[in-house]
Amino acid sequence: MNNLLDLDAPASPALATPPRANRAYLLPLIVFVIFALVPLSALWGSQSFILALVTRIMILALAAMSLDLLIGYGAMISFGHAAYVGLGAYSVAILASHGITDGFIQLAVALGVSLIFALFTGAISLRTKGVYFIMITLAFGQMLFFLGTSLAAYGGDDGLTLASRSMFFGSKFLKNDVAMYYVAFGVLLGAYLLLRAIVASRFGRVLRGIRENPVRMEAIGFAPYRYQLTAYVIAGMIAGVSGFLLANQTEFVSPAYTAWQRSGDLIFVLVLGGLGSLHGAIIGAAVFSLLADILSHYTENWALIFGPILILVVLYARGGITGLFGSKS
Amino acid sequence: MTLTLALVQILNGLQFGLILFLIAAGLTLVFGVMDFINLAHGVQYMVGAYLVAAFTTMTGSFVAGLALALPAALLFGLLLEVLIFRHLYDRDHLDQVLATFGVIIFLNQAVKYVWGAAPLNVAIPDALSGAIEITDGMLYPVWRLVIIAAGLAVGLALYLVVNKTKLGMLVRAGASNAAMVSALGVNIRLLFTIVFGVGAMLAGFAGAMVAPILSVEPGMGDNVLILAFVVIVIGGIGSIRGAFIAALLIGLVDTLGRFFAPTLLKLLLDPSAASQTGRAIAPMLIYILMAAVLFFRPSGLFPSKQ
Repeated sequence: MNNLLDLDAPASPALATPPRANRAYLLPLIVFVIFALVPLSALWGSQSFILALVTRIMILALAAMSLDLLIGYGAMISFGHAAYVGLGAYSVAILASHGITDGFIQLAVALGVSLIFALFTGAISLRTKGVYFIMITLAFGQMLFFLGTSLAAYGGDDGLTLASRSMFFGSKFLKNDVAMYYVAFGVLLGAYLLLRAIVASRFGRVLRGIRENPVRMEAIGFAPYRYQLTAYVIAGMIAGVSGFLLANQTEFVSPAYTAWQRSGDLIFVLVLGGLGSLHGAIIGAAVFSLLADILSHYTENWALIFGPILILVVLYARGGITGLFGSKS
Repeated sequence: MTLTLALVQILNGLQFGLILFLIAAGLTLVFGVMDFINLAHGVQYMVGAYLVAAFTTMTGSFVAGLALALPAALLFGLLLEVLIFRHLYDRDHLDQVLATFGVIIFLNQAVKYVWGAAPLNVAIPDALSGAIEITDGMLYPVWRLVIIAAGLAVGLALYLVVNKTKLGMLVRAGASNAAMVSALGVNIRLLFTIVFGVGAMLAGFAGAMVAPILSVEPGMGDNVLILAFVVIVIGGIGSIRGAFIAALLIGLVDTLGRFFAPTLLKLLLDPSAASQTGRAIAPMLIYILMAAVLFFRPSGLFPSKQ
């Protein structure tokens, strides 16, 4: 892909760099500015459902973006990423059901549980390659799904309703939907900047090197396993945070959050937006959610349109939506 | 008494495992020969169940329904292959996973659109609807025994075809090195289309056989698909023998685990905690088993590629 882009660039690299760098930052900038301004639409009397929809988009984007670190930058196709969303969400709900509603404790537990699960399953999964990696991550995701359905004390199949959203500094400000919105926005922006820094760092370059050629990276002295496992844990923890937000936004958790179809949705979002660009995940999440929302207004059989769109995207729109803008980093 | 119950559970596990084998056989060959991940294999199972339900209602006889459903399932599989899958063989696994995921989304909704969301019931043929006494006072449904017999028969037939015929030789060769087989002048695409069609029909056959004992509903193939993947990954991709052994293993471990885990845990924990934990652990057992197998043998038990 990068070679194709280079054909368009002027011959001198010194001249080529500044405009391309600007263009690469323009798209994410526009996206975040739009997100920042959405709540202002309330001034023109828009309904709260827009706020809720865009909050959900940002939460989905957060999970998909963390998956981009694995698939887009590390070529680790995890088909069990929704498990971490579930872990984060259940951390909130289970603690809340025992009366622990402090957001910092819940967040710390969500991060801790995601870290442990990612470290443990990642250590096993990364011993395998290719198809086997896809299948074993899928299996671990299913394992959590069935654990969730059998947790009778926490709602089992039916899930669990949150008594209240998380409290921070003893305040219930998260009850306000605009506050919830900006918390999700802040987390998404923070995670974006963090992941940007990670992929630009030496660690990120090694990870991309492993994506391109693990054998060669090993030959020049890097141990791919350690780098991949670290990336796997980071991605799992960020997805755990998205689960924390999701539980707060919907005030409900259920095993359905960890179903393998949700992991499939995350990959769909990512490929739709464009792999390996981070902001592609955000654009993919927005298009995915808006499309599902709009189609479901017109017909209850929206999946009849959604499925073929997915197939067509895979067959004909390589590089996703960001690929169309030519701003892949 | 416990022994008889255990026997019933073992038969149930065997029956479940053989159904998994019918589904996994096609999946593992398609995977092995063309390196193609087909998530939509589970919907073949669902389509098979729906076809037999529709044809049985139409003809009034399960046998006639099955006789019509099998070629229909075969044609349906070939149709999907020609329309969509054929364009995915040269793509990477990510594209294959996604596109076939799209097929699942579409077909799950399509059967809901055509047949409604409510589960359909299919009657067991009268002659086979009874139960027989396997030990003193213990009745076992004949239909489940029929499923076991059918599964074993298909397993034997596949074994003979794969190991004793020229076609089977090409399939095995294709599974271990497709490029070389192609270079030797074999039309690998045609071979694959045959394998794909048979695999789709077997999955449809599995769906048709369980239609009378399970409810036929949209999405019924989704969980079975994941189990079939567990089977072929444990067995080793591309290996029919591996799929057979792994399918029986998964069927037995899952069925017996659900039954015995609470009982066994009672030796360690108090009864209510034991039944709680047992119910939580049992469905996870097969995934733990899979992780353990892959930990020690990252390419499964019987890898076909050297």
